[in-house]
Amino acid sequence: MSRAAAFLTRRRGGAGWHWTDVVTFLWLGAGLVIIFGPALWLVLSSFKSPAQLSEFPPTLLPYEARTVEVPGYDRPLPLYIVTDEGGTRTLAEVRRVGTVAQMVDPEAPDEVQRIDIANRTPVRAVGFSWSNYLDPFLRFDFLNYTRNSVFVTGMATLITLLTNSMAAFALSKYEFRGRGAVLVLIVATLMIPLSVILVPLYSIIAGVGLVNTLWGVILPTVATPTGVFLLRQYMLTIPDELLEAARMDHASEWQIYWRIVLPLTAPALAVLAIFSVVWRWNDFLWPLIVLSRQEVYTLQVGLNAYAGELNVQWHYLLAMTVITMVPVVLVFVFLQRFITAGIAGTGLK
Amino acid sequence: MAALKQWAGAAVAAPLEWIARALDAPLRLWQRVAGRGGMIAFFLAPNMAIFGIFVLLPLVINVAYSTTTGGALFLSERRFVGLDQYRRLLTCDDYSDLLTCQEDQFWTALTNTGTFVVLQVSLLIAIATATALILNRSLRARGFWRAVFFFPVLLSPVVVGLIWRWILDRNGVLNAALAGMGLDPVNWLLERNWAFAAAIGVTIWAHLGFYALILLAGLQAIPRDLYEAAEMDGTPPARVFWRITLPLLMPNMLVVIVLALIRAVQVFDEAFVLTGGGPGTATLFLTQYIYEVGFASLLKNPGLASAASILMGSILIVLTLAQLGLGRWNERRGGKK
Amino acid sequence: MGRIVLHDIRKAYGAVEVLKGIDLAIDEGELVVFVGPSGCGKSTLLRMIAGLDRPTSGRVEIDGADVTARSAADRGLAMVFQSYALYPHMSVRQNLAFGLQNTRMPRAEIDERIAEAARMLEIEPLLERRPGQLSGGQRQRVAIGRAIVRRPTAFLLDEPLSNLDAELRVSMRAELSGLHARLGATMIHVTHDQVEAMTMADRIVVLRAGIVEQVDTPLALYNRPANLFVAGFIGAPGMNLWPGTAGPGGVELAGGAVLPVAAGVALPAGGVTLGLRPQHLRLDPAGPLAAKVTLVEALGAESVIHAALAGGQRLLAVLPGQPQLARGSTVTLGYDPAALHLFDGAGQRLG
Repeated sequence: MSRAAAFLTRRRGGAGWHWTDVVTFLWLGAGLVIIFGPALWLVLSSFKSPAQLSEFPPTLLPYEARTVEVPGYDRPLPLYIVTDEGGTRTLAEVRRVGTVAQMVDPEAPDEVQRIDIANRTPVRAVGFSWSNYLDPFLRFDFLNYTRNSVFVTGMATLITLLTNSMAAFALSKYEFRGRGAVLVLIVATLMIPLSVILVPLYSIIAGVGLVNTLWGVILPTVATPTGVFLLRQYMLTIPDELLEAARMDHASEWQIYWRIVLPLTAPALAVLAIFSVVWRWNDFLWPLIVLSRQEVYTLQVGLNAYAGELNVQWHYLLAMTVITMVPVVLVFVFLQRFITAGIAGTGLK
Repeated sequence: MAALKQWAGAAVAAPLEWIARALDAPLRLWQRVAGRGGMIAFFLAPNMAIFGIFVLLPLVINVAYSTTTGGALFLSERRFVGLDQYRRLLTCDDYSDLLTCQEDQFWTALTNTGTFVVLQVSLLIAIATATALILNRSLRARGFWRAVFFFPVLLSPVVVGLIWRWILDRNGVLNAALAGMGLDPVNWLLERNWAFAAAIGVTIWAHLGFYALILLAGLQAIPRDLYEAAEMDGTPPARVFWRITLPLLMPNMLVVIVLALIRAVQVFDEAFVLTGGGPGTATLFLTQYIYEVGFASLLKNPGLASAASILMGSILIVLTLAQLGLGRWNERRGGKK
Repeated sequence: MGRIVLHDIRKAYGAVEVLKGIDLAIDEGELVVFVGPSGCGKSTLLRMIAGLDRPTSGRVEIDGADVTARSAADRGLAMVFQSYALYPHMSVRQNLAFGLQNTRMPRAEIDERIAEAARMLEIEPLLERRPGQLSGGQRQRVAIGRAIVRRPTAFLLDEPLSNLDAELRVSMRAELSGLHARLGATMIHVTHDQVEAMTMADRIVVLRAGIVEQVDTPLALYNRPANLFVAGFIGAPGMNLWPGTAGPGGVELAGGAVLPVAAGVALPAGGVTLGLRPQHLRLDPAGPLAAKVTLVEALGAESVIHAALAGGQRLLAVLPGQPQLARGSTVTLGYDPAALHLFDGAGQRLG
C-alpha cells in the first residue's frame, strides 16, 4: 500500500507540490476514470434486468428484487419495506393496481393489506442477470455470430501471417530488379483506404460469387502492407550467412523460408498476429457491406443490427457488447506490451 | 500447463508441417525449372495477387465506374455517361444555400466532414500532446499509464459506439449525473449540435492513446540533458515547452497531424453506430454517404457513390502526399524521428 | 564570490549509498578537479552542487548562504555538460542568448556578452551556425561560451574533455587552464583522467566509492599520497606497491629482498606496504632489487621496463634513454630511500 502511495504522491518539486504535479495528478486521475469508467459501466449495466435498465436515475450495481415464497401463492412474491402510520414492516406484493398495492405479511399470508406505493421501497440485493448472457447464445443467433467472427479472425490471421511473411521474405532476402517498384506499390496500397474503393471492390467480390460469404469478408483484408513492412524490417536483421550456409547444404528456397527464416521471425510474427486478431475481430464497414444475410453476420455486424432495431433490447445488447469486447480485453491485459512496442517502432509507417 | 501448451502448439503445427512438407517436392521442381526468379515470384505472388485484385484493381475500376450510370453492378453492364455523375454531385443553383444542390446530402456530408476534421483533429492533437507530455515525466509505472490510455484503441468501433450510446442515452448515466448535480439533462444524441459534439468526443476517446504514444516516442527522443541545461539556465516551464520541447517535437507532430487528418476524413464506424448519421443528417459524414448511396438506401446509385468516393480519395491523396513529403523533408533535415 | 562549502553530503538511491558523507571547502577562484574511478560519485557530487539533484542529507553553502533547498536556476552557477547539451534547433547565438533571455536582460547587454565570449573562445565565425554543423571541439567551446555569458559564481564542468579525441584533448586542456586564468572564477571540473587532474588543478579531490580519499595540490598528492588508493591512482605508470614486513635492515619482501628505508623512519611491527614510483628506480649493480625482465617498452627518451622480483611481485621501472636490456635478463635496481613511500596495514601513510 505504501508503495502505491509513494507512487501516487511522487512529485517533481521534491518536498513541495509543484503546479505541474497537481496537473499530472488530475490528468492521470481523470484519464483513468474517463477511460475505464465507460467500459466498467457497460459491464455493470449488462448484468441488469430490463426493468432495472429503464430505471432513472440508474443504480451503480445490478440489483435483483428479493423474493419470498409465501404459502398459498404459486410464485415467489417480491418483498418491500413499507413505512406508514402502522410503523415499518416488510411485506410481499401480491398485485399492484394503479397506485395501490395489495400486499401480505409473509408470516400471516391470509390478511391482504392495501398499501399506497408511495410508502414503500423494494428490498433488493446485488444480483446478476445471467440470462442476459445465456439467452442470446441459446435462443438467438449470437452463437452463430461468434462462430463466424472466430472463423474470420482465425483464418484471416493465418493467411495474413503466411502471405505477408512470404512477401516480406522475398523483399528482404533477395535482390532483384523491380524490388523498389514493388515496395513503392505496397506503400501505394497503404494509401488507398477502403472507403475509396467500396463500390468496385463489392462488384469484384460479387463477380467471383463471394457476396454473403465469410471468405468474401476475409480475402480483401489479408494482404496488410503494415504487416509486410513489419516482417520485412525484422527479417532484414537475420544474417544472410545463415541462408547461404543452408544453400550449401542443398536446402531449397522453400525450406530456407519455412525452416530457417520463419522460425527466426517468430517475435515479429507474434506482434503481427496480435495486430491481425484485433483488426479482423473489430472490422466493421467491409463485413457490413458484404454480409446481408443474418446467418453469416459477424459479431460486429450482428451487434449493429440489434442496435438498429426499433425496439432495442438493451439488456441483451449490452451483454453481447461485453462478450464482443472480451477477446480484445484479454489481448490487452496479457499482450499490450507487444502492441505498444510495435506502435512506437513502426507507428509512423 | 507447459505440457498442455506444448501439446497444443504441436497440434496446431502438425497440419502446417504436413502441408509444408508436401509442398517441398513440387517447389523444388519449380525452383529447378524457374530458378531464383521463379521462387521470388512464388513468394511474392499470393500477397501481390491480393493487393492487385482487391486494392489496385478496384481503384482503377473505380475511376471508370464513376463515369457510368445504371443499376447494374458489373462495370461491363453499365452505361457510359462521362462526367455526369460528378456534375450531379457538384452542381448547386446557389452555393451559399446547400439545399439548392442537386445532391444536397453530398454537400451536407462534405460540410459535416469538413467541420468534423477541423474540430476533431485540433482537439485530438492538443489532448494527445498534453497526455504525452504528462506521460513523459519520469513516472513510475509509466507502462501502466501507457496501457491505460491505449485501451480504447483496441476496442472495436461498434463496441465504442454502443458504450457511448448507452452512456449518452436520454436516461443514461451521464444525464443521471447531471440531474444529481441539479442540472438539466440533455438529450445528447437527439439534438443536432450535441450529437455532433458527441461524435467528436467519442472518436477522440477512441483514438487518443494511439497518437499519444507516437508523440510520447518523439518526446523521449529528446535528450534529457537539454532539459537540465535549460534548468541550469533558469528557464520557466512554459518557455521550456515553447522553445525547446515543441520545436524538437515538431517533425513528429506534423506527421501525427497528417495521420489524424487522413483518418478524420474517413470517419465512419464509431459515429455510425453512435448516431447513424442523425438526428436527421446532422452527423452524416462522407463515408456514410458513400455507403448509403452505394449500398444501403433503396435508391442505390453505385455510380454516384463511386464518383463521391473518387472525390474523397482526391482529398486523401493530397494529405498522403503531404505526409510523404514531410517524411522526405524530415530525413533531409537530419531530423529527429 | 565563488566560495563553495559542502557539509556532510550524503546521497542514497534506495538502498544504495552513492555519497557517504562528503565535507569539502572550495575557495574563490580555485580550479578544483574531482577525480576518481567510475562509480565513485564525482558526477553525482557535481550535480548536488549544481542543484540538479538533492542530497539525502547534508548542506551546500555558496558564499556563506545555505542553498541546499534552492533550485538549480537560483544558485547562480553554470554547468558544461558532458554531451554539451546544445539546443540543436537553435543557432549558436541563440544557444548563448537563451539563458540570458530568461533573466529579461536588455538586448544590447546580451549581444555584448555574447560578443565578448565569442572573442574569448574564438567562435565568432560560428555564431550563425547550428550545433549539428560544428565539430566536437567547436561544440565544446559553444557549451563553455554558454556558461561564460552567464557570469556565474562558479563553473561546473562534467567531463568536458572525454568526448574529444586525444590530440584535441591536450590542446583543450591548455585552453581551459588559460580560460580559468583570464576569468579568475571558481571552476569545478570532473574527470576520470588523472593526467587532466594533475595538469589543470589548483587542488585535486580524489574520490572513491562515495568518500573523499584525499584533497590536496597535485604535487602534494604525487609526493605524499595519504593512502594506498591515492598512491596507486595518481601518477602514470602507477606506483609499484609491494607488501612486506619490517625488519632490522629495512622492509623485507617475499622472496628475500630487503629494502632500506630513509634514516629516522620508525617502522611498525607487522605488515607494511612499500611504494616506489617507477621513475625513482635506477640501474644500480649494488642495488637491493634484483628482477627478471619480462618486457621492455622502448619509447625513445625513456624506457619502461616490466620485470618480476624473486618473490614473484611485478616491478615497473621507467629508465631514461635506451638501456640495452634483453628480455629474460636480470637487472639490479636501486633508489633513493627518501623517495620510498610506506603504508601501514590499513593502507594509511606512514611518515
